[in-house]
Amino acid sequence: MNNTVQRNMSLSGEPPVALNTIQKFSVLLGMFGLGVLLLALFNVSFPNKTTWLTISLSAITLGIVIFSYGAYADRSAGIKNDGVWQKSISSRGFLAWLLGIALTGFYIVLYFFPQYLGLRNEGDNVGVIALFDPLSYFLSGNPASQWFVYGTLYTIAIFAFGIKFIWKYRHNRYEILRTISVMFFQTSFAFIIPEVMARLKKSEAYKDIPYYDLKNIWPLNYNNFQQYRVDGFISSGDIGMALLAFGILSIFVITPVLTYFYGKRWYCSWVCGCGGLAETSGDSFRHLSDKSLFAWKVERWVVHSVLVFVVLMTTAVIHSYLSYDASKYWLNKDLFLIGVGVFLGLLFAIIWYFKKEELQKDARYGAIGYLAITLGLIAIHYLSGSSVFIFNPETLRSTYGFLIGSIFSGVIGTGFYPIFGNRVWCRFGCPMAAILGLQQRLFSKFRITTNGGQCISCGNCSTYCEMGIDVRAYAQKGENIVRASCVGCGICSAVCPRGVLKLENDKPKGRINSDAVLLGNDVDLLDLVKQNKN
Amino acid sequence: MKHIVIIGNGIAGITAARHIRKLSDYKISVISAESQYFFSRTALMYVYMGHMKFEHTQPYENWFWKKNDIDLIEGYVNSIDTDANKLIFEDGHHLNYDDLIIACGSKPNKFGWLGEDLNGVQGLYSKQDLELLEENAPNKEVCKRAVIIGGGLIGIELAEMLRTREILVTMLVREKNFWGGILPEGEATLVANHIREHHIDLQLETELKEIISDDKGKATAVITSKGERIDCDLVGLTAGVSPAIDFLKNSSIEIGKGVKVNKYLETNISNIYAIGDCAEQMEPTGLRKPVEAVWYTGRMMGEVVAQTICGNKMPYNPGVWFNSAKFLDIEYQTYGWVWAKPKDYEKQFYWEHPDGKKCIRISFHKDSNAILGINTFGIRLSHEKFDQWISEEKDVAFVVQNLNQAHFDPEFYKKYYSEIKRTFDNQFQSA
Repeated sequence: MNNTVQRNMSLSGEPPVALNTIQKFSVLLGMFGLGVLLLALFNVSFPNKTTWLTISLSAITLGIVIFSYGAYADRSAGIKNDGVWQKSISSRGFLAWLLGIALTGFYIVLYFFPQYLGLRNEGDNVGVIALFDPLSYFLSGNPASQWFVYGTLYTIAIFAFGIKFIWKYRHNRYEILRTISVMFFQTSFAFIIPEVMARLKKSEAYKDIPYYDLKNIWPLNYNNFQQYRVDGFISSGDIGMALLAFGILSIFVITPVLTYFYGKRWYCSWVCGCGGLAETSGDSFRHLSDKSLFAWKVERWVVHSVLVFVVLMTTAVIHSYLSYDASKYWLNKDLFLIGVGVFLGLLFAIIWYFKKEELQKDARYGAIGYLAITLGLIAIHYLSGSSVFIFNPETLRSTYGFLIGSIFSGVIGTGFYPIFGNRVWCRFGCPMAAILGLQQRLFSKFRITTNGGQCISCGNCSTYCEMGIDVRAYAQKGENIVRASCVGCGICSAVCPRGVLKLENDKPKGRINSDAVLLGNDVDLLDLVKQNKN
Repeated sequence: MKHIVIIGNGIAGITAARHIRKLSDYKISVISAESQYFFSRTALMYVYMGHMKFEHTQPYENWFWKKNDIDLIEGYVNSIDTDANKLIFEDGHHLNYDDLIIACGSKPNKFGWLGEDLNGVQGLYSKQDLELLEENAPNKEVCKRAVIIGGGLIGIELAEMLRTREILVTMLVREKNFWGGILPEGEATLVANHIREHHIDLQLETELKEIISDDKGKATAVITSKGERIDCDLVGLTAGVSPAIDFLKNSSIEIGKGVKVNKYLETNISNIYAIGDCAEQMEPTGLRKPVEAVWYTGRMMGEVVAQTICGNKMPYNPGVWFNSAKFLDIEYQTYGWVWAKPKDYEKQFYWEHPDGKKCIRISFHKDSNAILGINTFGIRLSHEKFDQWISEEKDVAFVVQNLNQAHFDPEFYKKYYSEIKRTFDNQFQSA
């Protein structure tokens, strides 16, 4: 094949180098670690599971870390996105599709066919899940499940790729601190603490206490208010009640307050596990997100629809196990439904009254439409007396769990990293991101400011925005960036060759400066633009 | 309806088109032979380096132009008939205009070097230059070594690009210091050290004597002014740019180095304007040069000429000078004027971090102490703040004292303002 004839620059460019010796060794090491897991999957029974699990996981971790050392250690600190669009793995090439299909397959097996991984309801686990039994016994005292295997691999991915991320962005303290935070929350809050807490179940007083990743907040944690969990919390004394209270406080107090001060980034790119995986393991794919106006329209409708779906589903589920009898418990079905209706109506009224002009036309239509649907369903319930809304709450929950919880967040959200980018779930599907986004857009001190007239419209910021925001469109106008979807990863600011972008928490006043005029000209032009606006 | 024709779809021409559209419903046509859609020329390097694909350098989606009723014409204008208000294209067809904006940009300088037109000798300015580079230097096997002539912004960018494909690079720089016409010695040395750390063979006080051809008419080596022969497969000519106005030579439009314009960006022909790289100001503002081949000035001229064309006649009167760049991993910003060789009224304060990657230089008036300008390397400062301080002629001591107000580095970055202040006090206050 003759390369010189190909004129399309996006295709003809050649990647800088093949792997160096250190990287070749690390690939071998990492693949050996994965190979052990694969053998276990095919029921090769390892004589000493503890040893082989340790060997396997260490080999994978070290493989990734040594690979990163080979990639970045002898290069000067700074943005090194060389060849990103020329390498097969990071430009939707053959390797990307191969990885995407493998990950997707893994998710399908994990969610729907755990028996193939070796999960056994009766008797001991086999296969790869059995290999993880020793670690699981060590932490929680129980045999491993497919979720334990997944959780372990997930934590290792965030940890090892986190080290890679820190190496890559070692000139940038915001990125380093943020990544350490994400690694910490994943390892402790999401992995070790819940496993160790499971030991409480051994005592009679806490035998029903649910597995709880404390940083996993409703509605991301869409199961948190299911009957078995709420019963479990209530029957588990002070600790249980404290957990239940924390779960509710997180929604109504903790997240709005933190989002007011810092924007949604405190969660999405400092704490959240989905965000953590996207930022670390998914970093090589961040530039693949679609920046078109069309994608943005789809995103807004889909993510907010998921939010409405989860609100309805949770309302229905809670409603289904409450009683009609007010004497039995103060929160009965009627009080709850009326409460939800009043709360949503009030919230809507407040936003409409104070922030109407900040909502775009389709956002207004959407808000009115969804409010009408929600209140309408509640009304139908009262008028027709049907059990709950018009849907069976359990059907609603299982549909949500299947469509959103499994297919969207797992199979598509992560499996398709190499094709659609690393924040597909956060951007299009996560109801938590939608709520925090509304808070961030409507009341928060967070914004990204632009530096006068220094933008050269190069497009690095937009290209590397994992949330598909056209950052450049704002920067070249000198306008502050206040967007619901921004997760505050800080990469736009890092890749800008002119230092134009800065993430800031500042006074809410003057946050949205759609009047901004680029600096450089004399003041006459500034005045003129202002006059024209009047 | 008035028909506005714009030659050139760079930042100047496109800014003019967009602003004219905002202010009027005139018919607008933009002509380019380089590319159908507007792209950021300053970002071409990132395409070669693989950071972005070409379409990522286009700030607007392809439907934008139709939606805003801006006609895009692909073609090369050969000549202008100013009496008939008519453009004649290379392929012979014509286009009439009511108002014409010339925003045709620059071309790389050539100084009559022996062998400057050989294959494998090229500049880096247009999309075609990048395509040519992809042919001349696709990898380190085809292009074992490149020699870059001229040490300026484009030269350093070309060096960085080639290094990402591990191609050996030699840079020949005429001056004693890197970019010595613009940078004072401290900054120039800092950048030169930084360049050498990136395994680029930087040869100062060395000029190109001639380029040697092989038997197929392709560059194969250069001879330097020091008599050294350097074998190479690519010669990059990056010793500045000049207006690309050859096609105007036989027209009645007055040209000098560029298209001559007055304060209102008008040429000697009443309905013809020139903006951007190709415009030559007959009365430059303040200390500015007559030809400013900078992204930002092109944008500003585009904004201004749109006002004039839409009936609000406005002079091009840019405020405080500013510019920025990136030297490999070091970001550079400048506001106001800091001269490489201080003017007789000028005093300078310089601070450099021990790591040799960050520095700051403030220039001020030796009598009034009013701040005149600032250079920073590796530190981001707010444009707005310095625009204000320089126009208000703030005292240099006040500026040093309040540098943190202009802080623009990302959160959690180490701040050096107290060290800078201490150094300043030692140099100027305690004396």
